[in-house]
Amino acid sequence: MTGGGPAIGLGTRETIGAIQHQGPSAPAGRRGVSIGKIVSWIVFIVALIYFFLPLIATLEFSLRARPAGGAYANTFKDARFFGSLFYSFVIGLVTIVVSTLLIVPTAYWVRLKLPRLRPIVEFVTLMPFVIPAVVLAFGLIRSFSSGPLPLAESQRGSDVLLVAAYVILSFPYMYRAVDTGLRTIDVKSLTEAGQSLGSGTLRILWSVIFPNLRVAILSGAFLTLAIVIGEFTLANYLARPAFGPYLSGLGQNRSYEPAAVSLISFGLTWIAMGFIAFLGRSGGGRTGRVEVGGAH
Amino acid sequence: MSFLVLQGIQKQFGASVAVQDFNLSAEKGEFVSFLGPSGCGKTTTLRMIAGFEQPTAGTITVDGKDITYRPPNRRNVGMVFQSYALFPNMSVADNIGFGLRIRKRSKSQIKTRVGELLEMINLPDKGSRYPYQLSGGQQQRVALARALAIEPEVLLLDEPLSALDAKIRVALRKEIRSIQRQLGITTVYVTHDQEEAMSLSDRVVVMSEGRIEQIGPPPQIYNFPATPFVASFVGTLNLLPATVVDAAGGTVSVGGQTIRTPKAIDGQANRAITVALRPEAVEIGEAGGSNRLVGQVEDVSFLGSIVRTRVKIMEGASVSLDQFNDPALAAPAIGETITISFPPEASLVLAGPASSSDAVEQAIAES
Repeated sequence: MTGGGPAIGLGTRETIGAIQHQGPSAPAGRRGVSIGKIVSWIVFIVALIYFFLPLIATLEFSLRARPAGGAYANTFKDARFFGSLFYSFVIGLVTIVVSTLLIVPTAYWVRLKLPRLRPIVEFVTLMPFVIPAVVLAFGLIRSFSSGPLPLAESQRGSDVLLVAAYVILSFPYMYRAVDTGLRTIDVKSLTEAGQSLGSGTLRILWSVIFPNLRVAILSGAFLTLAIVIGEFTLANYLARPAFGPYLSGLGQNRSYEPAAVSLISFGLTWIAMGFIAFLGRSGGGRTGRVEVGGAH
Repeated sequence: MSFLVLQGIQKQFGASVAVQDFNLSAEKGEFVSFLGPSGCGKTTTLRMIAGFEQPTAGTITVDGKDITYRPPNRRNVGMVFQSYALFPNMSVADNIGFGLRIRKRSKSQIKTRVGELLEMINLPDKGSRYPYQLSGGQQQRVALARALAIEPEVLLLDEPLSALDAKIRVALRKEIRSIQRQLGITTVYVTHDQEEAMSLSDRVVVMSEGRIEQIGPPPQIYNFPATPFVASFVGTLNLLPATVVDAAGGTVSVGGQTIRTPKAIDGQANRAITVALRPEAVEIGEAGGSNRLVGQVEDVSFLGSIVRTRVKIMEGASVSLDQFNDPALAAPAIGETITISFPPEASLVLAGPASSSDAVEQAIAES
């Protein structure tokens, strides 16, 4: 923000100066660019306010607790905070691994051998946007409470169900990120080059495709992690000690702590995103581009 | 016995036939080019040798072994792609050594071999670079080294120079040929650039619409095209509509002007045929040979070392001719009526509207 302020001021003064100095003879194109610049800055500032105002309000509210910073102190003292966060983090990591192992070979194979199936696969991956999480939760509980696989009856079984459900929830983010990553490399030629050098499909996937999708996978992975950490419905109905139900429970019983927890989790998500950007920059070359955009 | 043999190869994609009746025998160490326009089936044929496509019919053998249905990673065939297809996540040295790592060679063996190949492609100090840090020409040299690292039995190159600019293209094709000669590796090269095919190859396979039009050494392809397609595709060719005047004597009429062909022509008088003339065989004036045609200068183009003049002989028939550029050269003026001349041997009877291509081939074989 501090860097943005003077730049806006300078740009505005220059623009006005230029318009005043050049008067009616100023080229229309140049004036258009300057006005366009002002408009873009206004839009940027409005967006910034829209984004930061709720955060600032939450921060302000969380700091009203007495003694000062008490909400944060209470949060860090609460073992369930770290316990639930750790649980969600582990479940998130397992989800990412399973999702990656499922999505990357699928997206690769569809792009390489079955391009006609791409719209269908894309549609299937968008299903979590159409089917509410509560439907998924009840479906899982009904299907796996009895019968040959009564997973919902045990804690480990419920963890498995939770991961399976989160893998489905991660589909839109993971598939799109990976598919966008695949679009940036010549999958067919790279595969054929690998084959002509004697490599099998698995080796090509591992040595050539995965490394070139590293940042795309990371983008999808961190979005998945962010979703899993904040997810409430599935974890609640499957009665798992995840961060979402913890936050919800906290909101019902305490006043300032939920605001503090929200900000802390928000900060953690930001750190994760910063990590992607860092990896993207340090990756170097064509493989190093951040593909966060691919996961929108 | 031939080293690489393609016998009765056919490839269909659904109802459309991409390659048909393709037969080729290449000797060990031979450099064969597939030449033809886009969609003629040359790349499909190459991909069948590589194993990326399977023929609908026919067999492919290398050194007596049938590899028709062998998967590409078990063929020991090196491939260089138009798009280089270097692995972006690997350094140049890792790219070159990839095939050797697959073959589980020791680290020291890989290092030595990669070093040799980097020397061979004149990039000895670029091993630690990544592909995106190299120019297009350098990337393609690395791709060539990578394909050669595994000591393939056959080297396949799919329009490897198409993405490069003209000067690098010429330099690199010389390099490819020199490396190929040095290693004595049987090579199949796909291109749509006739100059590339002519300058590189021991033999050229000219293809059109999935069929082989002609196979032969470059001079034979250029000087004695077997079909009208080859004649028109390879080099610049003047095609003149003519009618037979005296079949036994080999004389024909072009717009009422009579010229002689080297041999007797099949068929009767008044039969419509086509006479082909290379631009370099025709001269302005009467010194070029006993055949003479009079026409009006339509256009004069300066092409650097060559000045090309187009002379209209009759409605719908023009002859282009080349003269070496010389500061003292007096090019004819547009609209001027001039005489051009050429020897009977330069006129090739190709086709008549009523004749089949078989008959044309027969006619050429006899001429």
